[in-house]
Amino acid sequence: MTELGSITPAPAHRGRRKLRVRRRVTVVGVLGELLITGGVLVLLFLGWQLWWNDMILANSQTEAATEISQDWIEEDRAARGDDEPPPDPANYGDPVVAVAPAEDDPFAVLYVPRFPEGYHRTIAEGTSMDVLNSEVLGIGHYPGTQMPGEVGNFAVAAHRSAYGGGMNRINELQVGDAIYVQTADGYYTYRFRDLHYVQPSAVEVIAPVPNVSGVAPTDRIITLTSCNPLLSTAERIIAYGVFESWQPTAAGPPAELTPLIAAQAQS
Amino acid sequence: MYATIWHILPGPVWLRIIFVLVLLAGVLYALSTWVFPWVESIVNNQEATVGGP
Repeated sequence: MTELGSITPAPAHRGRRKLRVRRRVTVVGVLGELLITGGVLVLLFLGWQLWWNDMILANSQTEAATEISQDWIEEDRAARGDDEPPPDPANYGDPVVAVAPAEDDPFAVLYVPRFPEGYHRTIAEGTSMDVLNSEVLGIGHYPGTQMPGEVGNFAVAAHRSAYGGGMNRINELQVGDAIYVQTADGYYTYRFRDLHYVQPSAVEVIAPVPNVSGVAPTDRIITLTSCNPLLSTAERIIAYGVFESWQPTAAGPPAELTPLIAAQAQS
Repeated sequence: MYATIWHILPGPVWLRIIFVLVLLAGVLYALSTWVFPWVESIVNNQEATVGGP
């Protein structure tokens, strides 16, 4: 502008008027700007859903899981008193099986050391959006499937991306990886066995004996389901784990979880 | 449209830039607080369950 002024020594107000004329609002111009704005809004929404809101929900879901886990440990401590020694490690017997709670009620916390450090999320009854998209829940238990430690199939679902992405790294599980489920009663240890990729309609994966109907179950299985591929809902990714052991709350967490649960107690 | 907004804003260029930044922050806040959660409730593009709707 200063250069222009030096070449043509016109009064300042004239130059300004010329610029105004060039910037006259036209229908096409406004339409173009609106279209660009719409595009930017769509990108902003995706960024918000997949990163910003995802991060906020992941944090709040983890905090809520910490709280519920600590409540169970404290309740157990209060119930048995501090002086009573923990039960004999050799004699826990069959795992305690709780009764399925009401819809949307939290009843367990999932720990998967293979997932990002410190991973733990609350499992609640039901796989509705109220559970999976919740700020404090995140993982849903398929109603009608078995409970933790029960003979049959303990099946849960969580989002792969967005809403906290509870199963974001499910594809990275390796054979033998621990999957811990904590309830008010104690800790159930499962070992990851295999991954399957199925159609979204494949309800047989959550059957008491996965993929087989009309057979009485003899094994204790955990099934994690999420969507696949990442950012798509075309398929479902299924992770199976097999029950390994159980220990009551009074016995303390499994060795692998001890540092994490000690850190929770301080937070 | 945006040029018009720029002209309506008062003061020198640096003050207008501050106004624009404040307006942008307000728009982003409104979007992430009200608009995006509402859009999300309509377009459910995330599904994690088997046998679901």
